[in-house]
Amino acid sequence: MGAAGLGEWIDRHARTFFIAPAVVLILIFAIFPTFYSIVFALSRVKFTGSGLRFRFVWFDNFLAQFSGNEQAHFLGKVNDMGPLGWAFSLLVAGLALWWLYRSWRNGATWVGMTGRVISAAMFVFVGWILGATLLSGNPWGTLLTTLFYVIVGCLVQFVIGTGLAFLCSQPISGKNFFRVLFFIPLMITPLGVGYAFKMVLDITKGPLQPLWDAIGLQGWAWSTDAWAARWFVILGDSWQWIPFVFIVMLAALENVSKDQIEAAEVDGASSIEIFREITWPQIVPVAVTVILIRMIEAFKIVDLPNIMTSGGPGIATESMTLHSYFLWRANDMGSSAAVAYLLLILTVVVCASFFNYVVLGQLRSAK
Amino acid sequence: MKIMKFAAASLLAAVGMTGLAASSSAGEFDGVTVNILTRPGPVIAGPLKERGVAFEKETGAKIVVNEVPFAEIFPKIQNDWTTGTNSIDVGVFAAGWGVELDAAGLLEDMDPYIAKDSKIDMNDIAPYFRDFGQKIGGKTKMLMVDGDFQMVYFRKDVLEKAGLQAPKTWQDYIDVASKIHNQDMNGDGTPDYGSCIFKKRNAQSYFAIQTVAASFVQTQGTAQGFHFDNATMKPIINNEAWKKAFELYKETGKYGPPEELNMDIGDTRALFKAGRCGLLIEWGDPGTLQLDADADKVKGLIYAVSAVGSKEVLDRATGKLVPVTKENAPNSVDGVNYAPFAAFGGWAGAINAKADEKKKAAAYAFLSHMNQAAQSNVDVTIGSTGYNPYRLSQLSSTDLWVKAGMPKELADNYLGAINGALNNPNMASDMKIPGAQQYTGVVLDTELARYLAGEITVDEALKNIEEGWEKITEDFGRDEQIKAQALALGL
Repeated sequence: MGAAGLGEWIDRHARTFFIAPAVVLILIFAIFPTFYSIVFALSRVKFTGSGLRFRFVWFDNFLAQFSGNEQAHFLGKVNDMGPLGWAFSLLVAGLALWWLYRSWRNGATWVGMTGRVISAAMFVFVGWILGATLLSGNPWGTLLTTLFYVIVGCLVQFVIGTGLAFLCSQPISGKNFFRVLFFIPLMITPLGVGYAFKMVLDITKGPLQPLWDAIGLQGWAWSTDAWAARWFVILGDSWQWIPFVFIVMLAALENVSKDQIEAAEVDGASSIEIFREITWPQIVPVAVTVILIRMIEAFKIVDLPNIMTSGGPGIATESMTLHSYFLWRANDMGSSAAVAYLLLILTVVVCASFFNYVVLGQLRSAK
Repeated sequence: MKIMKFAAASLLAAVGMTGLAASSSAGEFDGVTVNILTRPGPVIAGPLKERGVAFEKETGAKIVVNEVPFAEIFPKIQNDWTTGTNSIDVGVFAAGWGVELDAAGLLEDMDPYIAKDSKIDMNDIAPYFRDFGQKIGGKTKMLMVDGDFQMVYFRKDVLEKAGLQAPKTWQDYIDVASKIHNQDMNGDGTPDYGSCIFKKRNAQSYFAIQTVAASFVQTQGTAQGFHFDNATMKPIINNEAWKKAFELYKETGKYGPPEELNMDIGDTRALFKAGRCGLLIEWGDPGTLQLDADADKVKGLIYAVSAVGSKEVLDRATGKLVPVTKENAPNSVDGVNYAPFAAFGGWAGAINAKADEKKKAAAYAFLSHMNQAAQSNVDVTIGSTGYNPYRLSQLSSTDLWVKAGMPKELADNYLGAINGALNNPNMASDMKIPGAQQYTGVVLDTELARYLAGEITVDEALKNIEEGWEKITEDFGRDEQIKAQALALGL
């Protein structure tokens, strides 16, 4: 091959050469560790003087999360379901079957049906755990705690963030100041937020101590009450992440066509009607996307419960990421990797379902 | 005041540097850096750093102290040394944790260094710490910087005012705590707490529960142990004795701070130094911490008993509690069985066997320096160091302590309590087998936390611990664990 030929060959493969470094880096730093962690998830790992010793145990590390004393840690106390729990579980199962039947009748493809079956199975599974734990008066495990942070946390953050964005999109004085102010928490490291909230919410010597006393809560500690602790973790998480929702939704609201709003005002539409008929349809694609992004992030919550409560009281505030971290910290690498993979499966199924059945639906209707 | 005391101690140490270990001399370790990993904060790590500066000036070896959360110390060291990373040269951790590392061949044998060290004076180290804490399989693999027992402390003035005696049994502990709870113990007009125990999960709560349980379970002397049937390594935890201990431990919470379940040791120490606790379960530190300037409300008022006991003990054949007799508890006193718990065993330094020779020599010289009486006898009298006595010269006379500002009567009580624990034939040893940190720091800690939070019943907690411990034993190999347990308890 002459010099001209070589030049042509390089030109033909230029795209590959440009992309290759990035692909190699991703393979080394992302894909390889992901696959290597499967080896951990399928093994019992022992630390020896000559390095790590792997004993292949197939899916034992996964199955351990669903049986024995680890079951209560991961799923909660599920062996003692009450009547309300049964009723709820059956209702969820019925809804899932009805949804599958309807999808089939509406001509869903085989690929579409496969996705729906996976989503429905997860829906029924979560419904069963919810019925066996919360609705039967039993403690729940790290799986439902994670979903609580994701669903309730994201909902709270979306409502408040969108509300603040709506206020700041109005012609009010000092709105630039509020934009900056509301954005600040997002720039603080979660670790810092955790410590800040732990100190602020300290009932004996924190700055809010007079407030606790004034409302008669001086003998009450939120950190020893399972539900209060979960809500306070969500409070800290929301304080940090509301700005993210706020900034994205503000951008969406400011892009809403002013002409249409003015035309509606001329036609005598009320503010609520304008928001419902003009503003909301235009911002809904952004809204569902921001919820999706926020959900993916929320599944990974670890810093706040670790710092504020160390996962306690008991395991009440322990998320799956924290569960995996505690196992890793105990050098139980196999179980830690298994919990991490279970979290990955949960995240993918929930977020893919939300994307397919909510985000895409809203995007299509927006067109 | 604390800083002044430590500065004075450092000065003394600097002067004493001329008498460094015989193996070290000026400039001998120029260019050598020794990386140490231990817990965070001024306690334990603080003196290593302070004395490390003086050591560097004298020998040239740079001492770098890396601090990680308590629960991460052991796994980080194990990870670093087994994977060949070897970024850590010295680990300072619980004496009992070294067995697992040694079983993997990761700990340097210090006996050859000790043989050439004219300053360390091993005979001055109390036999328990010298032979149990520092040695594994007859070889010295660690050097103590601290000696640990958990004891019960009480506010002498508060109990006297209430006409109460220091508790002798755990039921007494509850009774005393209930009677003094909500009294104003520091004169600030605010009700204070009958009992303060650090019960936070993933911290050190699992030591205090063992302190309570030991007197119910161990009756036949130290070699009996109180965690396993030594012949089979079957856990002896799912029984009435541990159940009673769990229930009493939970009951102390009725007379404790409202956020006790989220309190680590630093939190409870702040409370008792502020004069807010009537009783507490602690290591040797409150004896000296009450001398700190910020503890003026309790200076000279916190007294100790070496152990609180039980009038009922475990019948291992039936798993039931039975009244104490001289037959079933030969070491009992007045119908009460005592088993002072050597919780944690003391902080000790171990050297990475895979570090290079120069680093190992420098690491030994530094650990020896920390361990020698010239330094140690100063450090143990300063509360903020977290170091408690382990040398006979520290335990045999109150002179050191009175010199450090401790009232004579208190010094007598303090050393009396520690010596009482150390010399008790039924002293309960902490676990010293492979997996010790997993048995207690992970399984026991998690299930205890869940029980205290009301998530599970005591029966469920004990059953879960039994299952978890069995799993760990199977993982390490039952036969190997039986041998390790025999070695640990001197069987």
